[in-house]
Amino acid sequence: MLAVEDVQVRYGAITALRGVSLHVEKDEIVALIGVNGAGKSTTLMTIAGVLKPAQGTITFEGQSIVGRSPEDIVRQGIVLVPEERRIFPGLTVEENLRLGAAIRSDRAGIRQDLEEMCERFPVLGERLGQPAGTLSGGEQQQLAIARGLMSRPALLMLDEPSLGLAPQLVDEIFQLVAQLHEAGVTILLVEQNVERTLEIVDRAYLLNTGEVEYQGAADELREHVDVESSYLGDST
Amino acid sequence: MNMVNDILQFLINALSLGGLYALMALGLALVYSILRLINFAYGELVMVGGYSLLVFGAGPLPWIIVALLSVLMAIVASLLLERVAFRPVRDASANTMLITSFAVSTLLQNGALLLVSPRTRAVRVPSFFIENVTVGGLLISKSNVLSLVVSLVTLAILTLFLRRTVLGSALRAAADDFVMTRLLGVRANQVIAAAFAISGFLAGLVALFWVGRTASVVPQIGLNPVLIAFVASVIGGMGSLAGAVAGGYLLGFLTVGLNTVLPQGLLDFRQAFLFGIVILLLLFRPQGLVSGMQSTERI
Repeated sequence: MLAVEDVQVRYGAITALRGVSLHVEKDEIVALIGVNGAGKSTTLMTIAGVLKPAQGTITFEGQSIVGRSPEDIVRQGIVLVPEERRIFPGLTVEENLRLGAAIRSDRAGIRQDLEEMCERFPVLGERLGQPAGTLSGGEQQQLAIARGLMSRPALLMLDEPSLGLAPQLVDEIFQLVAQLHEAGVTILLVEQNVERTLEIVDRAYLLNTGEVEYQGAADELREHVDVESSYLGDST
Repeated sequence: MNMVNDILQFLINALSLGGLYALMALGLALVYSILRLINFAYGELVMVGGYSLLVFGAGPLPWIIVALLSVLMAIVASLLLERVAFRPVRDASANTMLITSFAVSTLLQNGALLLVSPRTRAVRVPSFFIENVTVGGLLISKSNVLSLVVSLVTLAILTLFLRRTVLGSALRAAADDFVMTRLLGVRANQVIAAAFAISGFLAGLVALFWVGRTASVVPQIGLNPVLIAFVASVIGGMGSLAGAVAGGYLLGFLTVGLNTVLPQGLLDFRQAFLFGIVILLLLFRPQGLVSGMQSTERI
């Protein structure tokens, strides 16, 4: 479904990605793990079209998406729920959700999806008219994910959805991601919480200083990470 | 009775001038909120509106048609500026965009100098711009009432547009976080074009009243409006639309207030008093009345 080949990304003189290759197949849930600064978020931002690779190819369902604008890539079916949630604090919860459906014009379908989100995320349903900035961190994360789902993406990319949340909320978010996957959403997940991540994903890529250091099924990754635990500090 | 009349008189004048200032500030703040571009060529959009009044007004067209055409010309000019001047430098630094806006401003002013005339040209305005009505012993200028009503109605319609339409909420979202808005599939070009179109519309409206006050137009006519717009949006909190409107009204009230209370001998210095107050205000509240980037979050 998604194939990233030998992608290099530079910020000025700094090379953030040094030839990253990865792929995600339909119905899979795949993780990118690694320490801060390994290039995980950069990879997602590049796939989403915010950053332009200096080299390499990115294809989605057989079509090249390199050089496309972020708004075009959403129309291809790839949605990024970025780091730190980035909900619109001044807009109401409902306005945030409706903007998530900006690429759609089927009013009835949007209405229906909005109701579905309210069922799946009851806290959002109760607060539709409130400014999103008044939500708690966990609620904002739910809103960010729900907003991403409103475009009915073929591939959902989640960047550190558990970051900054209280432990029981972290559990909830991982449950939610697993549920979304079971419901048939293909997911590319970036996480620092390696242990929890490997419990719910099919495969994972370990990134280190802008390169894929190791890749494999979740079990293989777990063994590798145990051996190389020094890379990941106290996450293991 | 006299006291009540004075207060009413003051309120009408202040709300009328403040409304006009609020429209000016909103046009500047709207583009700034999305692109972080202080569009100093905004004044020249007022100029385009002014010269359109001159050109279309020379014919036999009724004034209302002339006015509509002039507002339309300001919108077209604003959209053209975005397409020709600002889009190519959109990804460049904020400084590049700022310099571009100065360049465009100078270019348009000199265009008017060359093509029309460096001198003041008289513009035909309808008689109600210079007429007064007397209501219960109160002498009211018709144009003041008109600008008061037009600015309030315009602000109400814009608020509805920003609150109730998808494009409106996309504009507010883009003011918050432009990249995130694009990540949801909202087209950057569409949002920016909408902001420039509204900005041009507001400049066109302002031109009607600004030109109407003196019934004349000069190439430098945009200088004062853009300065007022800039100061008002800084007072309001740069980047906040509500702040720009508040700043505009505040500036209007201060100006009319100073005209009322200053003794005759000091009236010439009212600008100095006005900006003195502005400086004091910013010393105590440097972020403006309404701080722009409110990101409230509790964990």
